[in-house]
Amino acid sequence: MGRTAAPPGAAEEAGIGGRVIRRNLDIDTGLDRLAMMERIRAFEAAAERAAVDEGLVLGAIHLSTGQEAVATGIIAHLDRADYMTSTHRGHGHTIAKGADPVAMMKELLGREGGCCGGKGGSMHIADFGVGMLGANGVVSANITIAAGAAHGVKLLGGDQITVCFFGDGAANRGPFLEGINWAGVFDLPILFVCEDNRYSASTRTADMTAGDSLADRARAMGLTAAEIDGNDVNAVAEAAAGAIGRIRATGRPEFLHAVTYRQGGHTYFDPAAYRPPGEAARMAETTDPIRRQRELLADAGVAAAQMDAIRAEARAEMEAALDAARAAPWPPAASAFADVQDIGSPQREPF
Amino acid sequence: MAVMSYAEAAKQAIAEAMRADPRVWCVGEDLGRGGVFKQYVGLVEEFGPARVSDAPISEAAIMGAAFGAALVGTRPIVEMRFADFALCATDELVNQIAKARYMFGGQSRAPMVIRKPMGMWRSSAAQHSQSLEAWYAHIPGLVVVCPSTPQDNYAMMKAAIACDDPVVYLEHKNIWALEGEVDPDAPGAFGQARIRRQGGDVTIVSWSDCANRAAAAAAMLAEDGIDAEVIDLISLWPWDKAAVLGSVARTGRLLVAHEAVAVGGFGAEVVATVAERAAHRLKVPPRRIGSPRGLIAYAPNLEDQMRVTAEAIAAAARQMMEPAPA
Ligand SMILES: Cc1ncc(C[n+]2csc(CCOP(=O)(O)OP(=O)(O)O)c2C)c(N)n1
Ligand SMILES: [Mg+2]
Repeated sequence: MGRTAAPPGAAEEAGIGGRVIRRNLDIDTGLDRLAMMERIRAFEAAAERAAVDEGLVLGAIHLSTGQEAVATGIIAHLDRADYMTSTHRGHGHTIAKGADPVAMMKELLGREGGCCGGKGGSMHIADFGVGMLGANGVVSANITIAAGAAHGVKLLGGDQITVCFFGDGAANRGPFLEGINWAGVFDLPILFVCEDNRYSASTRTADMTAGDSLADRARAMGLTAAEIDGNDVNAVAEAAAGAIGRIRATGRPEFLHAVTYRQGGHTYFDPAAYRPPGEAARMAETTDPIRRQRELLADAGVAAAQMDAIRAEARAEMEAALDAARAAPWPPAASAFADVQDIGSPQREPF
Repeated sequence: MAVMSYAEAAKQAIAEAMRADPRVWCVGEDLGRGGVFKQYVGLVEEFGPARVSDAPISEAAIMGAAFGAALVGTRPIVEMRFADFALCATDELVNQIAKARYMFGGQSRAPMVIRKPMGMWRSSAAQHSQSLEAWYAHIPGLVVVCPSTPQDNYAMMKAAIACDDPVVYLEHKNIWALEGEVDPDAPGAFGQARIRRQGGDVTIVSWSDCANRAAAAAAMLAEDGIDAEVIDLISLWPWDKAAVLGSVARTGRLLVAHEAVAVGGFGAEVVATVAERAAHRLKVPPRRIGSPRGLIAYAPNLEDQMRVTAEAIAAAARQMMEPAPA
């Protein structure tokens, strides 16, 4: 993945065919972003099917359907060596960072060959080989950890940056304040991305959040912060290009508040009946990031067939990943005791 | 061999490790001025403020950020100031640090030393005096160390820094100034107890500063003609079961002494292990002595009622030596 897909600040727009297309968006880049969003959505769809239809996914999974633009737009500007921490809703971030969907799907099914050997499942998905330092089952906990990854890079004299994704609900726990303050105090090369899907489980986050700007919370701690349309992959990418470019140049932390929408329930089995009637359908109609990107590209002259082919390819890839996962065995029983600790390991001393 | 204090011994171990390995660094509140107990004095001058780092009063971030820094290849020494304040970082320690290697299928390590000054010290009252070592022994993924002497604080600190597992390192606040000889060439080993005194009548198992009180109790008992064996476990996970079982096989009497609340304390684990594996060796029922399940007060006369003293340990041992009533 390239570091500079779109130059910072080049948000000029020009009318084409009655619709707007960003002048700096070349069609190949636009198609790459579409393809990544389609891959994430197809992964989530395959995982949901494996969960609902086949009962193969064993624990709760939190799908990022509808939120693909955030993962895609931000991570387009990261290198493989850069670090990232994610949340319980982390499949999209992990795919975008370059993890192997086969290993991810095996992990969701608890199988041998899963990224975490079947020990973590969806909520602890991680691929250190691509700088993905872990999803997290504890809301907000990844914020201080990400600050620390950036701190470690600085101590070691490395040039990687760290991106920390968290939800809107996470902004109401202490690690949000402690982690962002930490990054400010120590001048750390980190981008905090609040992926705001409007909900914290069944709660409308705004109802439980004082003040009306999460970005202001970051600004109050001295960070450059911006609010962006998290359903417009190109807007996200443009903001990320600017922020990440500055972070690489200055080593200073920044904050993005990307507003998107969780199209499904909190977990795959949550019907989300608490949402106002019609809200989900209306939002899918008007804000869906894949739909918007397709429209943009269509206006720029890309044929629907080409975009359909991208979708079909993504679906085939994730279908194959599910097939591979389905066929994989359970992890070896003895691995239950491996990788707890070296000293006093339960392999030798379980009691 | 040099004579140094308990605090100085750990500092020396840290300084040597930092000289040898640039990935080792310390982080905590007030470290730039030597730390709240002066156990870091001089380190910032030698290693600079990035490697002997001050921190905001953000225990969760100190623990969480040090963990993040460990994930990318550094080896942090985390200062929690008081073991009591480490409770503000419980999620980071228990849910994140202890579990990451396993949850991520072995992709990561958390080579960290988490220093938690523990125990009763000078009218510190209920929020600055606790001994919570049993909590950490209960958590898979953690190594737990409770040294009682300068020698062990030096050797175990070195071992803890070299260890790739997270080590909860509980130093007792009451003995920072305790002096003793330190042999820098005697390596520390986890799960290897120190026999502080050999004896054939009763086995007294202890750790942390209470092991010093157990040794004092043994000296009192010797005057009464009772020959106590004192085992200082040094580390609680792993702990030296073989030393305890071997000793009990000879003495037939087990007394565990610790400063922590007796109920649910680690003494219960020691007694239960001996009961399960060597009950037939016991001549009298095993005993544990710990704090009553009460709270530690500020006023000295109230505070003392929660204290496990050498006298109390000796008294318990004497009772165990009495012939059973007919
Ligand atoms: C500390 C903590 N409290 C509660 C939960 C239960 N929980 C899991 S996800 C979630 C909602 C989080 O909302 P948000 O941060 O907005 O993320 P989203 O689910 O919307 O992606 C809750 C309450 C948890 N995992 N961790
Ligand atoms: Mg949310």
